[in-house]
Amino acid sequence: MEILVCVKRVPDTAENEIELNAEGNDIERDDLVYSVNEWDNYAVEEAIQMVDKHGGSVTVVTVGDEESEEVLRREMAMGAEKGILLSDDAFEGSDGKGVAAILKAAVEKGSYDLIMTGAQADEGYAQVGGMLAAMLDYPYASLVNSIEVGDGKLKVGREVEGGNIEMNEIELPCVLSIQTGINEPRYVGIRGIRKVASVEIPAMGASDLGIDAGSVGEDAAKVRRIDYFVPEMGEGAEMLEGSTDEIIDKLIELLKSKGGIK
Amino acid sequence: MAQIFAYILHSNGELDDSALELLAAAKKIDPDVDVTAIVTGSGIDDVCKKAAESFKTVWKIDSDALSYPNAEVVRKALLNMLPSDCFVLLPQDTFGMDLGPGLSVKMDSAFVGDVVDIEGVEGNTLKTIRQEFSGQVSTHVHCDVSAGAVINVRPGVFQPAEGQAGEVVDKSGEIGDVSAKRKFIEIQEAEVGEVDITKSEVLVSVGRGIEDEENLEMVFELAEAMGADVSCSRPIVDAKWLEKSRQVGTSGMTVKPKVYMALGISGSFQHMGGVKGNPFIVAINKNPKAPIFQVADVGVEADILEFVPELTEKIKEL
Ligand SMILES: Cc1cc2nc3c(=O)[nH]c(=O)nc-3n(C[C@H](O)[C@H](O)[C@H](O)COP(=O)(O)OP(=O)(O)OC[C@H]3O[C@@H](n4cnc5c(N)ncnc54)[C@H](O)[C@@H]3O)c2cc1C
Ligand SMILES: Nc1ncnc2c1ncn2[C@@H]1O[C@H](COP(=O)(O)O)[C@@H](O)[C@H]1O
Repeated sequence: MEILVCVKRVPDTAENEIELNAEGNDIERDDLVYSVNEWDNYAVEEAIQMVDKHGGSVTVVTVGDEESEEVLRREMAMGAEKGILLSDDAFEGSDGKGVAAILKAAVEKGSYDLIMTGAQADEGYAQVGGMLAAMLDYPYASLVNSIEVGDGKLKVGREVEGGNIEMNEIELPCVLSIQTGINEPRYVGIRGIRKVASVEIPAMGASDLGIDAGSVGEDAAKVRRIDYFVPEMGEGAEMLEGSTDEIIDKLIELLKSKGGIK
Repeated sequence: MAQIFAYILHSNGELDDSALELLAAAKKIDPDVDVTAIVTGSGIDDVCKKAAESFKTVWKIDSDALSYPNAEVVRKALLNMLPSDCFVLLPQDTFGMDLGPGLSVKMDSAFVGDVVDIEGVEGNTLKTIRQEFSGQVSTHVHCDVSAGAVINVRPGVFQPAEGQAGEVVDKSGEIGDVSAKRKFIEIQEAEVGEVDITKSEVLVSVGRGIEDEENLEMVFELAEAMGADVSCSRPIVDAKWLEKSRQVGTSGMTVKPKVYMALGISGSFQHMGGVKGNPFIVAINKNPKAPIFQVADVGVEADILEFVPELTEKIKEL
């Protein structure tokens, strides 16, 4: 099975507090630690396990700038065979459909049985997988948390409300968006990264992909982020202040009065 | 102004909570609009009647092929009858996430996912508010709706609107070809675990801030001292540190405790979506800007790894 996994380089929220910059119109980007989108790691792990079992190979692809190459390398250290960087000034400012259109062109340059994305990324849209599938006219299932390989088709579980699993049969080729928890992504050490440090990762731009530069990027985007801001909130929580002892005393009083300590 | 449609989820003959929230969202797009509710399924007369208590027009799309809402089948049916350039509103839940992005591609309209507020339409621009980085920052997002839009609305953020009664229109004859490459097989119910957190009065809930599996012990000690049960956020279950039946949230359990104590949980909407019944919420988090502090009653800015053992000691001394 030839599997393509779409991965995105995102600020790591476990490593950073995301804050507004001094002008209040963007997030503070200096010193941000980046990593691969959490959901995408599960997708790559799943792809590697499927290939281990059924043969084939895993390719990882990303739309981004040169720095995005590092996430491709990281996923290759996990076991993906090939990486493809889709990078062009014309891609900048693409909305979800722009990103999906670029990925579609890359899919059509290869020959894949299965395409995977993460369920969602840093911006929380949860859109690229479904858009890519519709553009390719492939069937799609989102929030997949189990995959069983059959003949020309897959049996996939989708995680729906309440932790219930919706079982589906889906024809290949198809696009799946992967939910966290489907597997336990393997650990990648410095050694693993070093092993793939010198592997060539081809970069492709609009002309390599046969994309009309005007159909993607900022000018084509119908959906645009205007700014970042901190909303005027209601009261929010009453923050307990003082020394740790004082805070604990206050907290215990509150818990007692609310029935929180039996 | 373009027509606005709201897709109505329903189960056991009842409308989903999202129905009237979508109506509220539609009114923020256009206060004067008559929203059309779309109800799909098989044997849905009663649900359609209920929808017609709040929506001016209800499209009944009744077919065996739609007895389960398979997004691919629903999409095909909708494409056979929706006018071009319209608005379609969906909830950002597991169905809306499955349907919305692909539907917008096929309708050649814009898509905005997980909208938390709508400021209105100016010319061809729809002004929405979203959040990024699991709620750590908000953003104004503008969308060109000249060719219509599919808008996925976050559940629970719009106050359910009061509707006006209307009538049911049977569109079942227009379904057309809905053959699909994805087939629904069955629903497998979540397994029941050792504790039933849906019945707990006091929950000590732990999130990714606990950092290591070994550290969970301090959480259980605190819970024991308080007479509480331990629940958790999704990453703890993903890491297989606790069983799925302890997960609070939209893809986990819905809990209704009196007191909910969140330790190292950021407060994503999928997590808080499982906390119902307006409990007294205590949040302990080392990041003072964590979104959980917006919904908690009381907050403590602290490192749980240090704070929790001290709190447990003091409670034990009581
Ligand atoms: C379709 C879908 C369904 C989902 N369903 C659920 C669901 O049912 N339940 C659920 O929980 N999630 C669900 N999620 C995931 C959800 O989006 C979040 O990713 C998740 O809730 C984050 O969990 P968390 O708050 O524990 O982790 P994080 O968001 O990583 O937050 C960790 C927090 O801990 C704080 N912290 C770190 N270290 C410390 C320390 N030492 N002391 C104090 N504080 C510390 C940090 O400041 C941060 O606020 C779902 C996602 C999707 C896409
Ligand atoms: N720039 C990108 N490059 C490659 N894949 C992406 C990109 N953006 C989003 N994706 C994929 O789409 C998934 C969902 O992201 P989103 O639709 O942005 O929430 C991610 O988990 C990735 O698999």
